[in-house]
Amino acid sequence: MSNVRIPPVLRETVGGSRSVAAQGGTVNEVLTDLFATYPALRDRVTEAGELSPFVNVYVNDRDVRYRDGLATPVGPDDTVILLPAMAGGAR
Amino acid sequence: MGDLVAAIGNTPMVELPHLARSPRIRLFAKLEGANPTGSVKDRIARAMLEEARSGGTLRPGQTILEPSSGNTGISLAWIGAALGHPVRIVMPDNTTPEREQLLRLYGAEIVFSPGAEGSNGAIRMAQELAAADPSLFMPYQYGNPANPRAHEEGTGPEIVAAVPEVGLFVAGLGTGGTLTGVGRFLKRVRPGVRIVAAEPLPGEQVQGLRSLDEGFVPPVLDASILDDRYLVSNRDALVGVQRLIREEGVFAGLSSGAAIHVALRAAAEMDAGDVVVLLADGGWKYLSTGIYDHDPDELEAELDGRLLW
Repeated sequence: MSNVRIPPVLRETVGGSRSVAAQGGTVNEVLTDLFATYPALRDRVTEAGELSPFVNVYVNDRDVRYRDGLATPVGPDDTVILLPAMAGGAR
Repeated sequence: MGDLVAAIGNTPMVELPHLARSPRIRLFAKLEGANPTGSVKDRIARAMLEEARSGGTLRPGQTILEPSSGNTGISLAWIGAALGHPVRIVMPDNTTPEREQLLRLYGAEIVFSPGAEGSNGAIRMAQELAAADPSLFMPYQYGNPANPRAHEEGTGPEIVAAVPEVGLFVAGLGTGGTLTGVGRFLKRVRPGVRIVAAEPLPGEQVQGLRSLDEGFVPPVLDASILDDRYLVSNRDALVGVQRLIREEGVFAGLSSGAAIHVALRAAAEMDAGDVVVLLADGGWKYLSTGIYDHDPDELEAELDGRLLW
């Protein structure tokens, strides 16, 4: 089971948890597993089967959009982070 | 010899031999802390104001308003004052005291925005203030093409002049101006170069979004120029700044620690080559946070609610 970290803005859809466990060998499988448990999450994270432009997904801190997108592999000990797309900090 | 504004840019490039882990990897750092107010932002402040003045959108004596959590505000305060413009900066109220001190000593007025809303909150407040008062001029670094252009025409060529065979370039991601501008130049003259972003992992307490639609991708960021993007925790950035000072004697700010962390991770996947990391500022504005001499694990929780880079 990989660990999926949920940002504050999405926690209401997973019952308030900071992180949840999910199963799957790719980002797509992990998200599909999550959506089965937390259906409200689906519309917030995906649009027509693709990642929503408002959400970034990272596997072990790397943005999956620059890897294989939803097909990016996820290992059992990997951490998946969901984050809203945001401006950076001290600029 | 020119005045202080003419001293912007042409910053030192130094090698970091102790941090480069493989003899086939050469690691170089572009020290943007050597700019007159101590950060890379002097480049874009000059570019945005010069362009606005020559294009007539910034009139003599007109007040400048800008959202900034530090460096851009400090650069605008200095150059704005030199050009005869009052400067007003909208800054989150949870940055470091050094930034407030520097803004005031360069003569800027500060409007504080709620720290819990992060940079997004400062941007929103500045946009509201500008909409309510048409006499204000907002350079708007997040959307001003002069921001990436300053890097495409300045920083990028300087990098290639110093490290002609650059194969990997790493910088922090804020407005995206540095990565977009440097990336455009490097990809033109060095096809095959990889452009990699170090992005801050926002602390729990600065993610005050009410909905995902409030998220914000800066218009100046050309995400297609990036080849990889890494999220960096405050802890990893802290370890990075501490390694920079202890192993290389380079005193740099928190985003530089993040950039070094990412450069070492990305370089580990290379067989050989030259890596350039842009260190956006020096460490002076972060001294009050204790990031140079405290245990990263102890500091991380404390830093979670602050906006530091």
